[in-house]
Formats: sequence, structure tokens, C-alpha cells
Amino acid sequence: MKKYIIDFCVSSNEALGNNAILLKLKAPGQMPEMRPGQFVEVKVENEPNTFLRRPISINYVDRSKNEMWLLVQKVGNGTRKLGELKAGDTLNCVVPLGNGFDTSAVKGKKVLLVGGGVGVAPMLMLGATLKAEGTTPTFLLGARTKDMLLEQDLFEKNGQLYVTTEDGTAGEKGFVTNHSILEKENFDKIFVCGPTPMMKAVAKFAKSKNICCEVSLENKMACGLGACLCCVTETQEGHKCVCTDGPVFNINELAWQI
Amino acid sequence: MADLTTHIGNLTLKNPVMTASGTFGFGLEFADFVNLEEIGGIIVKGTTLHKREGNPYPRLAETPMGMINAVGLQNKGVDYFVEHTYPQLKDINTQIIVNVAGHSIEDYTACAERINALEKINAIELNISCPNVKEGGMSFGTSCPMVEKVVGAVRKVYDKTLIVKLTPNVTDIAEIAKAAEHAGADSVSLINTLMGMAIDAEKRKPLISTVTGGLSGACVKPVALRMVWQVAKAVKIPVVGLGGIMNATDAIEFMLAGASAIEIGTANFIDPAITVKVAKGIDEYLERHGFKSVKEIIGALEV
Repeated sequence: MKKYIIDFCVSSNEALGNNAILLKLKAPGQMPEMRPGQFVEVKVENEPNTFLRRPISINYVDRSKNEMWLLVQKVGNGTRKLGELKAGDTLNCVVPLGNGFDTSAVKGKKVLLVGGGVGVAPMLMLGATLKAEGTTPTFLLGARTKDMLLEQDLFEKNGQLYVTTEDGTAGEKGFVTNHSILEKENFDKIFVCGPTPMMKAVAKFAKSKNICCEVSLENKMACGLGACLCCVTETQEGHKCVCTDGPVFNINELAWQI
Repeated sequence: MADLTTHIGNLTLKNPVMTASGTFGFGLEFADFVNLEEIGGIIVKGTTLHKREGNPYPRLAETPMGMINAVGLQNKGVDYFVEHTYPQLKDINTQIIVNVAGHSIEDYTACAERINALEKINAIELNISCPNVKEGGMSFGTSCPMVEKVVGAVRKVYDKTLIVKLTPNVTDIAEIAKAAEHAGADSVSLINTLMGMAIDAEKRKPLISTVTGGLSGACVKPVALRMVWQVAKAVKIPVVGLGGIMNATDAIEFMLAGASAIEIGTANFIDPAITVKVAKGIDEYLERHGFKSVKEIIGALEV
């Protein structure tokens, strides 16, 4: 898939719960092809402590408006600066990066999309893509508390939505792996994005049930292009770059002890 | 347009802009962003005799105006390069230079010999300075007798342009450069990364797996510039300057300090199209100042 360096124009920057923002970015020309699970490297301007680009997963692509959405959690200087962007500002992105989720063999199958915290971001585009291809997905999204659940209305439009919160303020109380839907339904494939302990817990469940499972990793990276070799993860075949061999890996490829 | 051609020994570069090893992959990774043939030289990822897995994750820490890395020479080995990578590179119409690393003199010479046989590779850059290899990569570059030994040994088996990449983690880099020159190097390139460290105070842990690593990026430029200036005065062979070059002005400063060519490293991560922009920027500078050739600004600093 051809990669581009594009100056996007900020259409809107909306503050959401969980210290997150939703950036809608208009492409100046034709929006490049991109797959669910891919990411962009954004250049943070005027922030002296942010030297490198920031990898952000693609939340959604609205082709009718020529917009790409980024759901960003403000965790450091760089992402906080992104929170200050206003409509009309420019955001330079290298796009699209990474492999994306493998949706080739899921047509008509029961597919579960699990997201935790801001890790729900790529699940919206994945769910919408699956639905458009005729496979209505099931979403299972987890957060610490009700206010930290993101984009609930959008997920509901694209499939069946189940929720867990650690404090029980919404959905079932507990972690995503405690949700009753996992016992009630038999899923053929699970896609996961979120904190590593959550992904490992879901991967363990999937492995025990012999369900095909893909996870999206979020290692620290510099180039995003497979050049610097900083973002490697241990796999069955040695070190692989999360930026180009991933960020999505089948759990059987990884050297996880699960 | 001014004449951007420059020379590193017998090696002719169409412009003075090269890519620093380990920051540009094998060039192909950047083909969507730049026309690789508009770059003066592509110095590809460090290659060793045998495959190396490199250091454990995490390998990267961002620092003010820079970054620390501890990749540890992860690469697939010279045989893989010769059989799989070289065929994809050999028809690119620019200089492709292989960075050769190792942890014994026999490793260096065996690797250099394999590369010597490749028709379209006209130069190697000998990496005697990577600070990440426990087995002695560092020690080759930090003492004059060891530099003479390894450069002399590679010189015997490598008959094309031999560039020796120097570490800045020494007391007197000019002495090291003279040792490389004396042992038969055609050129020296500097600086490799400065040894640095980053700590997570909250967790009371180092930010990278190897505790210390190589600092690069804009923050190292003043140190690099000073060292290029010192080395250019000390040796007769051409000097290749690198360290924190982020734009054309930075590149020009290195040439004024005495560099015959420059390398762009960490900046490739921030702007994957920076190489061709710098080449264009150098041309504009030459036009603006009425220079006909880029060679006129090499060492043209007025002190």
C-alpha cells in the first residue's frame, strides 16, 4: 500500500471522556487507501520536548467527507499538544503505516472485536468495514468507569455492543474477560486492541478455546517505516518490527507466555 | 543549478547528501517518499558476518531534541544481504554503500571481502564505533593501535573506497582519525552516536534495556560540528560529516567546517523526504552565494 506524507487540515477537535480527544482531519486531495488496524505517524509542532513523530491508530475514515479520524489519549507532552489543535490547523501525517487486521476469512462468521480504554480506536474502523462487507460484528469494550467509555453511539450503529467497567457503572462489572457473552456465544475470530495485560488475558482465553485471535501492539517507535528497528517484539521467528510486520499479530506468532 | 558533485576518495557522489546507516533501512523503505536516485549516497543498515537479533526491547528513549537507541546491530547477516537485498539495490542509479560492523578482526575482513565482490557497491563504511555491542565494537574505535589494526586488516582485503566511521566517545578524535588515515582509510565519517542514558524516575528504571545507548538527533549537532572541524584540520583524506543534521543549513555548516559530504540520520524518522530537501537546499545556498560548485564551500569557514 503506497505511503504518503500529507498535511491534513483539522476539521474539528472534540474533547471526549478519559482525557481523550477525537481529531477529524480533512485530506487536501484524495484520501489514500487504508485498512483497519493501520496507523499514522503525526508530527507534533511547537512542542520542544517532542522530537519524534507520534504513532496513532486510525479510528475511522469518513470517505463522504474526505476525513480521517484519530482518537488520541492525552498522556504526555506530545499528545497534550495535539489536544490544543483547532479547526483550520494543519497536522502533518505519514500514512498509512503497518499491516492492519486480517479480515480475509471472516465473511459470515461470528467475529468479536475487543477494545480496552483508548484501544477501542481501531475497532470502530474495523467494525464499520466488516459491517459494510456483510459481517455484523460483536463489540466488547472495557473501561475503568462509565465516563471513560468512548464512542459508544458509533459502535452501536455498527454491531452488537457489550460493555464492562471495573466499577460496574456501565455494563457488566469487571474486566472484558469476565463478560458473560464470552461463555454464551461461540466466536470464530477475535480482534483485540488495548493495554497489554488485557490483550494477553483475551489471547489466553482465545487460545484455550482454539479461537483465531489477532492483537494490535503499541511499542515505542521512531520511524514507523521499518528502518530504525526500535519497536521490535519477540516472535517465534525472532525480533520483528511492530511498525511494519505489525502492529497486528496473530497470537500464535508472538512469543507470549500465555 | 550549481555543480553538486563531490568526491570521497575515488567515489563520486552526484550530491553531498548521504543517509546515515541504520536510519534509512536499505533505502527501499523510503521509496514512496523520495526518488532514491536524487540522493548522493545510500549507506545501508549495518551488516555483520553473521545474523544478529540485536538487543531486547525497549530500544528507544526520546530525549530533548534527540533520542537514545540501543538496537544492537540487528541484521540478517552478510550472506542474506548479498543474496536477497543486493539484487534489489544494484540497479538504483546512485552510490549504495554498505556499513560493515563486527566483533573481531576476522569478522570485519570476512564481511568486507564478501561486499568487495559486489560489482555495484563502490564503498564500505567501516563501523568501528557502535556503542551497543558488548563484544568489543567499542574498543576498536577508541584506541589508536586497535583502529590501525582493524582498518589495516580490512584495507588488505577491500580495494574500493574505504570510509571509517568514528565514535565521538574518545578523548581525542583527531588522533583516532589520523590512525585510520595511516592504516589506509580513504575517508573518515563522524560522528556516530554519543553514549547517553535516560531514566524513568517514577519507576526508578532505565528507559532502555541496555541502560546506556547512543544519543542522536538535533541535540548532538554542536559536538559533531566541533569534531568534524578538528578532524578536517588533522587529516588529508576527505571527511564525511554527520550528527544532528535536520536541514540544509545544518548540512552546509558541516561542509564549511571541512566535510566533503554529509549524512542525514535521525532526521529521516521525522521527515522521510528530508534527504532530497537538503540536497535542494544546498543548491539554493550555492546559487544565492554565487558558488558554481559545492566543492567551493568545503572547509570554507572564515575564522
